This record gives sequence, C-alpha cells and structure tokens, in this order.
Amino acid sequence: MERQYIDLYKSYSEIIKNNAAQAMNAGRDASFALFDKIGFPTTNLENYKYTDLKEVLAIDFGLNIQRLPIPVNPYEVFQCDVPGIHSFLYFVVNDAFYPVSDKRNDALPEGVIIGSVSDVAKSHPELVEKYFGKLSSTKQDGLVAFNGAFAQDGFFMYVPKNVQLDRPVQLINIMRSDVDFMANSHNLIVLEAGAKAQLLVCDHTVDNVRFLTNRVTEVFVGENAIYEHYKLENTHTKTTNLSTLLIDQQASSQVLSNVITLHNGLTRNTIEIDINGEHCETTLAGMVIGDKNQQVDNFTSILHNKPNCSSRELFKYVLDDFSKGAFTGKLYVARDAQKTAAFQTNKNILLQRSAKMRTKPQLEIYADDVKCSHGATIGQLDESALFYMRQRGIPEKEAKLLLMFAFTADVIDFIRIDALKDRMKLLVEKRLRGELSKCEGCVICQ
Amino acid sequence: MLEIKNLHANINGREILKGLNLTVRPGEIHAIMGPNGAGKSTLSSVLTGNPAFEVTHGEVTFESKNLLELAPEERANEGIFLSFQYPVEIPGVSMVNFMRTAINEQRKYRGLPPVSATDFLRMMREKKELVEMDNKLTNRSVNEGFSGGEKKKNEIFQMAMLEPKLSILDETDSGLDIDALRIVANGVNKLKSPANASIVITHYQRLLDYIVPDFVHVLYDGRIVKSGTKELALELEEKGYDWIKQEVEGK
Repeated sequence: MERQYIDLYKSYSEIIKNNAAQAMNAGRDASFALFDKIGFPTTNLENYKYTDLKEVLAIDFGLNIQRLPIPVNPYEVFQCDVPGIHSFLYFVVNDAFYPVSDKRNDALPEGVIIGSVSDVAKSHPELVEKYFGKLSSTKQDGLVAFNGAFAQDGFFMYVPKNVQLDRPVQLINIMRSDVDFMANSHNLIVLEAGAKAQLLVCDHTVDNVRFLTNRVTEVFVGENAIYEHYKLENTHTKTTNLSTLLIDQQASSQVLSNVITLHNGLTRNTIEIDINGEHCETTLAGMVIGDKNQQVDNFTSILHNKPNCSSRELFKYVLDDFSKGAFTGKLYVARDAQKTAAFQTNKNILLQRSAKMRTKPQLEIYADDVKCSHGATIGQLDESALFYMRQRGIPEKEAKLLLMFAFTADVIDFIRIDALKDRMKLLVEKRLRGELSKCEGCVICQ
Repeated sequence: MLEIKNLHANINGREILKGLNLTVRPGEIHAIMGPNGAGKSTLSSVLTGNPAFEVTHGEVTFESKNLLELAPEERANEGIFLSFQYPVEIPGVSMVNFMRTAINEQRKYRGLPPVSATDFLRMMREKKELVEMDNKLTNRSVNEGFSGGEKKKNEIFQMAMLEPKLSILDETDSGLDIDALRIVANGVNKLKSPANASIVITHYQRLLDYIVPDFVHVLYDGRIVKSGTKELALELEEKGYDWIKQEVEGK
C-alpha cells in the first residue's frame, strides 16, 4: 500500500514542491527517502503494536497536492460550541490554512504572528527556517516521514519574548470533501522566552466520506515560557486521525497537553516531549470515551534529559461496546537528569466484556536520585458505589453516568481555560448519555 | 407498612436468612439485635434489593406492594432508606450533586417537578443543622475522606433530606464516639413521626438508650427467635446471647 504513494511522489514531487513553502521543501526528499525505506508503521513495531493501519491505508484517498482553493468560508459556516471562549480563531480546512482572517483576530498583541506556514515562510523566512523540521526530521517514524514528504502547509504561531496571550488561540481542523480524502499538514509553534500561549485544536469532520488526517505539530517552548495544548476530537466513525505532537522544552518552561477524544473512528495520538533544560514542568493529560468500534491509541514519550524537572501524566478511558483503547507511557530519565520527579497514571473502565484496553508503562531510568511512579488499572464501575446511589433513589443508568462522569473529572480539571472547562463537562456528560455525535454549533453538520 | 413472611436469602449459594418473619406498622421503632453472623446486615441488604443477595423463598410487602419485584431505586423512591453500616466513598461525585439528583429522582418518581435551586439550598441548610454537620462536608465528594463519625452523620443527613417512610439503620452506632452517637440519635428522634417507622439493627444496647424501641427482636441463625420490648435489650446486655442460643438449640 506504500506503493501508490511512492509512485505518486515520484511522478508529482515537482507539483508538490511548487505548491509548498520553500522551507517545507528543504527536508522533503529526505523524508520521502525515509518513508520509501521504512513505509507505514505496522503492528510489528513495538510503538504501533496496538494500532493496525493496514485496512485504512488500503483506501484510495484523494489528495489536494495542487492546492485548489477552499470553496467555503469557515468563519461564516462554523460556529464553535464553546460559548464565551473568546478565542483568536483560525481554520485549517482539510490540509490548507484558511487565508482570510477575521476581525476578532485583530486584537492580537504586537509581534505575535499567526498564519499559514507558507505565508510566514515568505514574510519571515528566517523564523520558519530556524525551526521547521528540526524535531520531526530526527524521528524514525513512517507517519512523520510520510507527512514530511506530502505536507505542503500548516498552521504557524509565533509568540515573541515575554508576550503573554490572554486569550486562547483556537485552531479548528475541518475535514470536508465529496470523496474519500487524505490531509497532511505540518504545524509550527514557537514561543520565545517568557512567552505564554494556550492553543485549542479541535478536529471535526463534516461530510460522510472516509477521511484520513496525518498531522505533525512541532512546538518550541523557550525558557520560562508557558504553553498549553488542548486537542479535542469530535469526528465521525469513518475518520482516521493520526497526529504527532513534538515539543521541545527549554529551561524553566511549563507545558500542559490535554488530549480529549469524545468521538472518533480510529485515532493515534503520538505526544513526544523533549526536556532540554532544568526546572521544567510537564503535564500530559488525556481522556477517551469510546463505544461502537472506535479505537484510540495515545502514545506518550517524555525524555528527561536534564536534572530537576518534573512531569506527570494522567490518562483515563471509558470504553463500551467493541471499542479499543491503548496507552503507552514512555519515560526516559537520562543519567544526568538527577532529581527528576515523574508520575504516571492510567485508569480505565471497561463497560462491557467486549471492550479492550491495552496499557503499557515503559520507564527507562538511568539516574539514581529520582522519584518516579506509575500506575495502571483496568476495571469496571464500582458495584458498591452503584448500589449506594441506587439506594438513594438514583436509577442504575443515571448512577452509572454519575460514576463515569466523576471518573473523568480530574482530566477535565487539567483544562485551564474556564469556558472550555465548563463546556467540556457538559459535552462529556452528553457524550456519556449517548446524546452527542457532533458539536451543536456546527451548522455544516445540520 | 412492612410485612416479611418466611424470608429465605442466600449469598454466593450460602443460606443466611432461613425463614424470617417481621411486621412493622407506622410509627413503630423495631430494634433487631443478635450475635455476629446471625444475618442482621443480610436483612437490610435484602430489603433494599442489593443484587449480591438472592431471595430463594418468602414474601415481602411494603405498603401493599410486592417489594421483591422492585429495583433498588424503586424501593428507595417508595420510601425505604438504608443507613449503611459502611457508607461508600464516591470520589468525584459532589455531595450537592448527589443529593440534588437523588431528591429530583424521588420527585420524578412521585410525579413532581424538580426542586428549585433556592428550595434545595434551604433544605440542605436546615437538614445539615439537624445533624450538626460541617458545611465543608457538603462541598466534598460523597463520603470521601470523611471520618467514621462524619460518614454516619452524613447517612442521617441524607435520611433527613429524603424523608423516608421506613428507615433501616444498620449498625449506625458502630465506630461512633458518645458525642457523635448522641447527635446521630437526636437526628433520628427528630425525624420520627406517627407516619414513618424504623428498623434499628445493632449489636449493643447502648444505642437503644438514645433511640427507644417499641419492640426488640433477637435474630439468630437467620430467624427471629425471640421478640419483646425494650427490657429484652437490657437483658441481652446483661446476659449476652448464649442463653438465647441454648434456648433455641434446646428446643
């Protein structure tokens, strides 16, 4: 199945390059060569053991390598379902950054640059060249290599030194197409020293065709900078969502990533944190609510390369029907990374015998003065708590709902955007009730 | 109000209740005493419909309804309340949310609209005072991190909120110091009315100094083997259970 893409690249690499930013072409041939060599990841690889892509990669997806313009204005047709979020709002439709901004984005502080990678590569080439591909090019990963060969654009955000964004930035990825469609995009986010930004990435699908998205996001978090990355997926069951988040942390920086899968088809989130300075704080949180045949694999990796840093992870899954979940918590503590404190928790509830969860803590510790812990549980709802609630007159279904909701509450607590947090509580509750299959505000869906 | 006839019940295939009979009328307080393993807690579990227990034989009617056909939540909404011997901690579910859900489910069952926010808060405040419960506790998750005494107070608080017709107090005195015992018993006494009834399950006579029963029953080996008035409890306190055992086995 790699064949068709290898042939495609060989025949059309000029078109791909001509329609992409120069900075994105620098490593393109090398990425292709790597992909040609290693292909798509298979379940034979330890890191992809629980995500079988064979079936979805056999689908004949369309690609938009000629960069045909987007026929809809997403600002007009898409309304986000989070009231009061007051975000700076941007769209990527399929694989293209929607070029026309909106007046609500006029208040961006001076020096902050948000746009498409290809536009910024023209206006500020030195910025893009300095960072683009610096993290992704080191990865021996078939999906990242494929992205490097085929991605032509993406979202770009630059926050200058000591500039703190007081409103969240929101990036909405919308998939719309009349035929089965694939989108590759490559995002780049740079926070200089002392900067602060919150990014909320929302994944939505619109049309009832099969979609595959393969997105890579590189984030550079400078000294003392604070970066929060929220990824909220609410896509349909014919979606394959492959995303790789690569973050480089400099000294005394803080990173929070919270990845919430409310509804999906097949999802693989790879989150890799490279801690390259002392006194960093890293928090990775995530939640999955799965039913039907949904699959979610969250693969996390934290590299503690420097001493005196702390990281914590909290991932929770509620799986029903034939859904499958997987979690990997890879933690590497280098020999010199003394006084590392790293804590990892993965808790899972299986509502049916047919649901499956795979969880794998993977700790490699080479320093001798560290505090590290990990814990993983897979279980059912607490029978004694259920009976206690029913004895108070709460019907079984409602009692289960309350317990499931309570179970996910501490992941929602790792949302530091109040409007989003409130909305998420409601969305999770609706999802657990089985009422949610799409965001209410999305007029495209209606 | 409650009529139990020849009740047999198993847990994991082992028979615990072996033909229990009991009648409770409105306004009455029944104390059930007995040695460890007699089946006291099984009785409360069976009456409230705990799915871990299986009724193999017998009848239970509550207000002329066949109780055994009802789900636990239906029994609760019919007006049966159990103060648990070991109240369950439910992390992440706030007391306020829990109580509001319970009250509204009960109202829904009775065809009433949900309680208004102001009425609910007023109710919470009044009932908290009744059991001298700390304000902080209702802001926490259900029973999470509560001390033994706080958990028992919380049971009586919930009982006050739900105003049951029949309350079953399962070893409510266990793990309580004298002050907490007095507060809990006071709460129970204030909630007593000619229309409702209580079954007080206890090991010791101590609680019955505070909650004065109309009848005292001795449960032994899955049956009620002796019934009397509050004087029976005093006799048991003095002489222990051995003489009962001898009396039963001597028959």
